Amino acid sequence: MPEPLTPLWEVFIRARQGLSHRHVGSVHAADAEMALQAARDTYTRRDEGISLWVVPSAAITASDPADEATLFEPAKPYRHPSFYKLPDEVGDM
Amino acid sequence: MAEFDILLALADDALILGHRLGEWTGHAPLLEEELALGNIALDLIGTARRLYQHAAEAEGKGRDEDQLAYLRDAPQYKNLLLVEQPNGDFAMTVARHFFYAAYAVPFWQGETAATDPTFADIAKEAATQSAYHLRHFGEWLVRLGDGTEESHRRAQTAIDALWMFTGEMFEGLPDSVRPTWDDTVDQILVRATLTRPQSAYMQSGGRSGRHSEHLGYILAEMQFLQRAYPGATW
Repeated sequence: MPEPLTPLWEVFIRARQGLSHRHVGSVHAADAEMALQAARDTYTRRDEGISLWVVPSAAITASDPADEATLFEPAKPYRHPSFYKLPDEVGDM
Repeated sequence: MAEFDILLALADDALILGHRLGEWTGHAPLLEEELALGNIALDLIGTARRLYQHAAEAEGKGRDEDQLAYLRDAPQYKNLLLVEQPNGDFAMTVARHFFYAAYAVPFWQGETAATDPTFADIAKEAATQSAYHLRHFGEWLVRLGDGTEESHRRAQTAIDALWMFTGEMFEGLPDSVRPTWDDTVDQILVRATLTRPQSAYMQSGGRSGRHSEHLGYILAEMQFLQRAYPGATW
């Protein structure tokens, strides 16, 4: 399939210093600069952020929902650090 | 010009240009552009409101922003001829706003040093917003110019048609603004592979209330409701 003239880009915004970029949606744009502007105009109208990422959707590889069983196994409690009892002297760790 | 006249002229520029962008609602070429044009229109109308309020205070006759915007006829409007030109195709809108923003950025930046603190504050906000508008329309002009044969033709036609309206905005301004405008325009036109028009003839008259026939139609649409139902609110 030929590449579309205005491909799709996924948009991620970091709302505040110290937080992670969160996926907020997607935009169509011809290139990276226009994608950045489209993301700014579409997704920062109300809650301003401090950092925008735009990534061509084609660059993202997503897991197949049908593979959920093989990829994501049920909880394994022995992988969690829950069997160590903290001494009282440690306080609020 | 008295302070009131200057504030009014700047407010009229912002209101008419914001109104023109609003005419794109529902007709933009891309959904993302629909939002962008709307956002930019709102920026301009916000600036217009602040300027009208400040102008009304400076005038001291008890008028407010709504009366200034809705109850003056075309000869009392002091906006630039550039901003009342029709939207045309997308290239025309892009070229019109690019020419305007390339002037607005250095103009508002200069006014952040104004002695009037309210005006300096309005200038600070307008300068930041105009910087984004310039980036938006400048990048679009580059892509239209350095695009397909059709987009290039439309972009060049728009540049050529609007060139004669690019002199009026420098009337009465300090000498520092024009060279910045020239630099910005040259840089973008080169990237856009567009030719800078050579004509030195410039239209004038907007600042004196001598407008093209376009303004009459704009005001008829904008003011109809307030004139048909004076004092209406909801």
